[in-house]
Amino acid sequence: MKNRLAGAVLVAGISLAAGLGSCANMRSVSAAALKPAKDRKAAPDFTLKDALGRTFKLSEYKGKVVLLNFWATWCGPCKIEIPWFIEFEQKYKDKGFAVLGVSMDEEGWEVVRPYIEKSKVNYRIAIGNDEMAQLYGGVDSLPTSFLVDKEGRVASVHVGLVSKSDYENEINELFGAKKSHAGTVIPAVVLGAN
Amino acid sequence: MRLHLRLGPGYHVNSNTPSDEYLIPLRLTWEAAPLEVVSVEYPKGHLERYAFSEKPLSVYTGDFDVQTQFKAPEKAAKGTRRIVGKVRYQACTETMCFPPRSLSVEVPIEIR
Repeated sequence: MKNRLAGAVLVAGISLAAGLGSCANMRSVSAAALKPAKDRKAAPDFTLKDALGRTFKLSEYKGKVVLLNFWATWCGPCKIEIPWFIEFEQKYKDKGFAVLGVSMDEEGWEVVRPYIEKSKVNYRIAIGNDEMAQLYGGVDSLPTSFLVDKEGRVASVHVGLVSKSDYENEINELFGAKKSHAGTVIPAVVLGAN
Repeated sequence: MRLHLRLGPGYHVNSNTPSDEYLIPLRLTWEAAPLEVVSVEYPKGHLERYAFSEKPLSVYTGDFDVQTQFKAPEKAAKGTRRIVGKVRYQACTETMCFPPRSLSVEVPIEIR
């Protein structure tokens, strides 16, 4: 006689929401503002390899305003920001600005390289790792971006999609421009700056 | 066996057949023993529009079921056993995404 299962239909319930519990401590705000210079802390230094295999350190960028962006190819909101960052790199590079994109794709260059080639990304991209992400608070959600001032200090943190104008206002402010009051298009979700 | 999954309000996961090659599908896999998997059937994803995507995405939200058909091999030992599976998924909200995660599923069964 054939083996048979007891009970033709079993129902198991699990909750995916439980796996998302780490999001609960986030708070929504309309925009993140730059921290006052006296409250800024040093951006943790790291060493990574870029798409050309060159090793670089964040500390090499001291003297520049840096937009450090954690992203992934599977992250839809990240892909909205990438064309903005391409534009910022082009527009502000000569003023002493750089975008550093750190991909958190588990598959690494295999998926990242085709994407950045297709998207014509003009700024430095590296593959991140858990150790590096831990330096920046774990990076539990994407996109997460840190604006680093010329002295190498974290001036603002953005978790989730924010508006292009918020980024641009902050970059200009870090170059010494007066604060603009352009409207925020997309609400931000901010964890708070380190 | 019907596995009931529930996603918190405001979250979505990619369906088993996402609309974009870069998106990570929801997948249920089972360990080979003590049962053989005949088929895993996923619900059809519903197409949703999000601010971050030009085209609608095939996603699951809220409550949904994934069904698995098992077969007990002739030589399977009789008695109370457990089957172990894994749901791999990648979730997002309107403004952010979370790294792919896996949830373990253990279901007690009796092979007679």
